[in-house]
Amino acid sequence: MSELEKFRQETRNWLEANCPPEMREPVRDEDDVYWGGRKASFKNDTQKAWFEACVEKGYTVPAWPKEYGGAGLNPAEAKILREEMSAIGARPPLSSFGIWMLGPALLHFGTEGQKQRFLNEIARGEIRWCQGYSEPGSGSDLVSLQTFGEDKGDHWTVNGQKVWTSYADKADWIFCLVRTDKNDKYRGITFMLFDMETAGVSTKPILLISGNSPFCETFFDDVDVPKSYGEDVPAYVGEINRGWDVAKYLLGHEREMISGADGGDRTSAIGAALKRQAGELDPVLRAELAMFDVDALAYSAMGEKFLDEIKVGKSHPAQPNMMKYAGTELNKRRHELMMSAGGSRALEWDSEETGGGKTSRNWLRTKANSIEGGTSEVMLNVISKRILELPGG
Amino acid sequence: MPLYHDDDQAMLAESANQFMAEEGAIAKQLRHWRDRDCKDGFGHGLWEQFGEMGFNGILVDEADGGLGMGHVEAGIVLEEIGRNLTPSPFLTSSVLAATALKHGSDDLRGRYLPGLVEGKSVFAVAVDEGPKHRPETITCKAERSGNGFKLSGQKDFVVQGASADMLVVAARTSGSDSDEQGITLFAVPRDAAGMSHDAVRLVDSSMATHTKFDGVELDGDAVIGEVDNGRAILNAMLDAGRVGSAAEGVGVARGAMDMTVDYLKQRKQFGTLIGEFQALQHRAAHLYSEVEIARAAVIKAQQLLDAGSERASLMASVAKAKVAKTAGLAVREGVQMHGGIGMTDEYDIGLYMKRDRALQEFLGDAYYHAGRVAELSGY
Repeated sequence: MSELEKFRQETRNWLEANCPPEMREPVRDEDDVYWGGRKASFKNDTQKAWFEACVEKGYTVPAWPKEYGGAGLNPAEAKILREEMSAIGARPPLSSFGIWMLGPALLHFGTEGQKQRFLNEIARGEIRWCQGYSEPGSGSDLVSLQTFGEDKGDHWTVNGQKVWTSYADKADWIFCLVRTDKNDKYRGITFMLFDMETAGVSTKPILLISGNSPFCETFFDDVDVPKSYGEDVPAYVGEINRGWDVAKYLLGHEREMISGADGGDRTSAIGAALKRQAGELDPVLRAELAMFDVDALAYSAMGEKFLDEIKVGKSHPAQPNMMKYAGTELNKRRHELMMSAGGSRALEWDSEETGGGKTSRNWLRTKANSIEGGTSEVMLNVISKRILELPGG
Repeated sequence: MPLYHDDDQAMLAESANQFMAEEGAIAKQLRHWRDRDCKDGFGHGLWEQFGEMGFNGILVDEADGGLGMGHVEAGIVLEEIGRNLTPSPFLTSSVLAATALKHGSDDLRGRYLPGLVEGKSVFAVAVDEGPKHRPETITCKAERSGNGFKLSGQKDFVVQGASADMLVVAARTSGSDSDEQGITLFAVPRDAAGMSHDAVRLVDSSMATHTKFDGVELDGDAVIGEVDNGRAILNAMLDAGRVGSAAEGVGVARGAMDMTVDYLKQRKQFGTLIGEFQALQHRAAHLYSEVEIARAAVIKAQQLLDAGSERASLMASVAKAKVAKTAGLAVREGVQMHGGIGMTDEYDIGLYMKRDRALQEFLGDAYYHAGRVAELSGY
């Protein structure tokens, strides 16, 4: 048996022993997802048991090094773990922007002290992070951001406002882009880390068309951010005034994540399931579903190819933009078709039968896919400039 | 298996790329034969060069003198064929007929494969009846007669039928027109008495025939595989051809896209390069995404075919449909973005449009294959 086959068998056994049956059920409600953090509580004991088993094993962040709370899996092993978890429908034990966003930034740009402290906190689900990027006047043109940190020697005093801060009202800490030099647009931004309980920080949830409020406005009113949290633990990632490098790196990660390149629901075929649900399909709708399934199955192959190529450095560095563009447009189309197949039942907003309007709320939620993390139009700009090398600004 | 070419495949791609760009170039082949009103629509000299390059035996087993490689490798050659619009009997002979002949007797393989591998023989496949690809229904009949069969009926869209030394013909030997079973594949030699070709030039200047079989007498040893059990071989042959045609289509799409993107970088209007206009940039970027995705679908389908996966048929249809839509987009955008000169015969972009149209139709268009995806998925 090869090493990888052995690993697969061990993983299968471990999951069998440690993943409770309830944790293999599809996620139905928001509290089925465990986000961790100081304010978090578990929905029930099984959720807690599954989470704790994973923390112990390093499986909340399997590909991170062991000293930072991970399991130190190589890409091939991580893929096997993903496959085996997906085969039994295992829920992620912990979801967080620390895992998806800050963690990768720290692994790439962080000091040893930052890694030791923050990565371990993230892996153990102790601190829940939020992301402070967009501002009311800086959406697609993010680099024009105005939130300003005035240098006061051993600390900055930060004033300004962020918007679209995901779950800011539930987060413990924020990673935040702050202007520290007004004279240099690109080299005048610092990637700061600070506690949301610092005096002067306040949040206000934004009610969306889906009726949900996963995003907030976040206000900074004379917030004092120390420059350091101790030896080798600066309060910023990378260098002062070079936060845009970190932000760009992270946007690549975010786009990859939103693209759904790693498979799952967003890219699977839907025709057969909708037929079962609807009983009979209008022939023109059936045709549309068939064309959609062609695109979805082709995109799944693209996702697989993209990840395979990334592993060996064959992928164009701007390719995540293409994945994000195609994946999000596909997902929007998917939910349009689910609404059409669902008929008037899909319109219900809070009935029990629809799980509180799941179909319609999810449909509305997907409209943000092609806006958040860089709009489709920005993605197309990047593809035309960086991949096709078309001329102009 | 990772979804990219391994080192050997990358080497093959490089040599196929170089060979086709030099020997298979549009001016040297497509325009050359078209402008001479060539009755074959391709050059036999180039076909022999294919043989020397080893291309023709890619799907032929080593025991039969081939290279014993797979659909990924055949697809590499086809993508370059598509990119250069190189006219050749590669798809019908080295992919479709070669796949059918894998199931043939020692005698059949010995009779036909050496000529194929050397680039001396050309094969065609006769499946379609009528103007659309509907292989579920086969009415062409082969009735028992003595030790052999008597073949009657008509086949259409027989690509390179009149140039072929042998035609793989799907005929009904029992049951009614739409029965799954009762199909037999025959290897019909070019000099078979009672076979007649009505040759027609197609929009892309390739040649096809409406072929009539008027009581064509065939020996029992012309049967490929088993009598009445030819459906599985037919399906294998069609899937191989569909995936191959999709690979060629990706080449057509990439060729058209590259030519168009280059043009956007050269053409000036309103005092600026038109490639600076966002209206065109976004369309080009969208096209790029579609072409990348189509190419991934094709490689996936090739790998599944090579692995003998049960999902290969589904993915073959996904690839064929996706490529048909994508290459169609590439050539339409190509002609539009070239503006007026895109409508001229002098510029090559129109040739891509014509080739794409013929390829889309070959072995089932996007509508046929999307429908097949729905059926195979259970709706």
